[in-house]
Amino acid sequence: MTVLAPPPTRVPERSTSAGGRSKSVSWMVLPALAVFVAFGIVPLLGALGLSFTQWDGIGQINPAGLDSWKAVLTEPGLLHALWVTFLVMALSWVFQTPMSLLIGVFLAAHKRYRGLLAVLYFIPLLLSSTAIAITYSALLNPNFGLGAGLGVELLNQDWLGQGNLALGVLIFVVSWQFIPFHSLIYQGGVRQIPTSLYEAAEIDGAGKIRTFFSITLPQLKYTIITSSTLMVVGSLTFFDLIFVLTAGGPGDSTQVLALEMYQLGFKANLMGPASAIAVILVLVGLGLALLLRRLGGGSEADSQLEGV
Amino acid sequence: MAVSTRPAPPRSGGPALARQSGGRRKWGLRRWNWFGGSLGWLWLVVVMVPIYWIVITSFKTRANYYVQNPLAPPTAPTLENYRQVIEADFTRYFTNSVIVTAGATLPAVLISFMAAYAIVRGSAGSRFLRSVNGLFLMGLAIPLQAVVIPIYLIIIRLQMYDTLMAIILPSIAFAIPLSVLVLANFIRDVPKELFESMRLDGATEWGTLWRLAFPLTRPALVTVTIYQGLGVWNGFILPLILTQSPDQRTLPLGLWSFQGQYGVNVPAVLASVVLTTLPILICYAIGRRQLLSGLTAGFGR
Repeated sequence: MTVLAPPPTRVPERSTSAGGRSKSVSWMVLPALAVFVAFGIVPLLGALGLSFTQWDGIGQINPAGLDSWKAVLTEPGLLHALWVTFLVMALSWVFQTPMSLLIGVFLAAHKRYRGLLAVLYFIPLLLSSTAIAITYSALLNPNFGLGAGLGVELLNQDWLGQGNLALGVLIFVVSWQFIPFHSLIYQGGVRQIPTSLYEAAEIDGAGKIRTFFSITLPQLKYTIITSSTLMVVGSLTFFDLIFVLTAGGPGDSTQVLALEMYQLGFKANLMGPASAIAVILVLVGLGLALLLRRLGGGSEADSQLEGV
Repeated sequence: MAVSTRPAPPRSGGPALARQSGGRRKWGLRRWNWFGGSLGWLWLVVVMVPIYWIVITSFKTRANYYVQNPLAPPTAPTLENYRQVIEADFTRYFTNSVIVTAGATLPAVLISFMAAYAIVRGSAGSRFLRSVNGLFLMGLAIPLQAVVIPIYLIIIRLQMYDTLMAIILPSIAFAIPLSVLVLANFIRDVPKELFESMRLDGATEWGTLWRLAFPLTRPALVTVTIYQGLGVWNGFILPLILTQSPDQRTLPLGLWSFQGQYGVNVPAVLASVVLTTLPILICYAIGRRQLLSGLTAGFGR
């Protein structure tokens, strides 16, 4: 499905002029290409290269063969970090998706509230992860935070001091920041669904719940994939939030891959093993992106409006 | 191309559509949305309570903070916290953040715009441009954190460690893929006849870029600039690993070290949160419409 209002007419491109033209525009891509290669692609390959070396971050870089990989792959820390990364990803998806979907459906149908809610909903997205993490660690402080101040026993837990609670808090904070954003994505998707589909369902006598599951959900397939991709790939980048909120703790209960990499590299000065973890992080990211793309299947344009 | 720029579709949309007559339809709407609606408003409360708490607490005195109901407005509002934050060198961090954000975002959007133009105009006849486009698309999936170690190495070798330039260069690189993608989509919407008539008028591609594509894609340029600017302004990991002296700190890093230093003084810490967020809120108030429609459109396809 495309959001574009396509230009009214399109003149078919003449292939004869394209050849000559591409020469005269090709150079314009060079500045972006140069910077992206130097600080995007080269570091990507560099991470792979460094994973076969030994480096403390300051001195000489020495080749070390497979040492880093052996160290990383045999250490239980990696499996644990992978598990926590997966948990954060899965739980934040499971919590955010139904919420965003329902709120999005509501926003799409109510133009009157949409403007107001959209403005306010956007605020969490403007705050830096650092600011959010700092706020929540003060807000959830067991001695002086919200729970203690209000005297509500249920709220007064050592939120960031116990492994499971800390993970839950993390998922909540992520949802706090991103559910509004994903709701806005979903409302955009819902508004693209052709009315004729609902009219047809009406004629066939489908109930509201049936209509939701038979029309709204399938029609939102690509929106769901887009939103899920952003959530899943985005969950790999929660470094700032976790670093400031829990620093991986208590113990290692919120130690995700990116944090494991940072601590190995910049705290323990083991850049080799840290680079090996970085490579794993890249592979996880690329793998997920490809997987989700696959789920999307075929070209977007044809199947979306099938039967309209 | 933004959702909001389309003519409003003549439908109320959503599963809220009722079955039969207009009367039942209205009733049906209300009944369905009782659930989605209460969720929407409930979540608004969840979103707003912490924000409200940040703001009121930042005006409380320390003594007041410990004894007062946390959700009650301050009995004796004070600006003392803000004074303390500003004295803790936040003006310095603020200047650094402005330099880094402007220095990374403007060049990034500019060169991305040129690249997007080249990709749209030349891809049909150029394998090179198609593969560059593919490279940028792949770049969307590279998490920045995964490459910070090599970036750190490169920056050291370039003798740029602990400078603002060290933050700016990688920030530009990582803003490019998404900017090119979004801008290319917008440039594709410019009717081909306009390009053709520019060509017949004897305009060069460079001239067409500035006199035709630039004004027509201005909304997209603003959206992309705000979006990338927000990312750089709030960026944490690059300043964390590429700088070390307090002189070179950007706001998020300054915020973090301020918390480390004055963590027990919660109202002052929250005042620092307010101060670092204020500039973004002001920008948001100005560019809100474009940001919202641009973002939801860009991701909604």
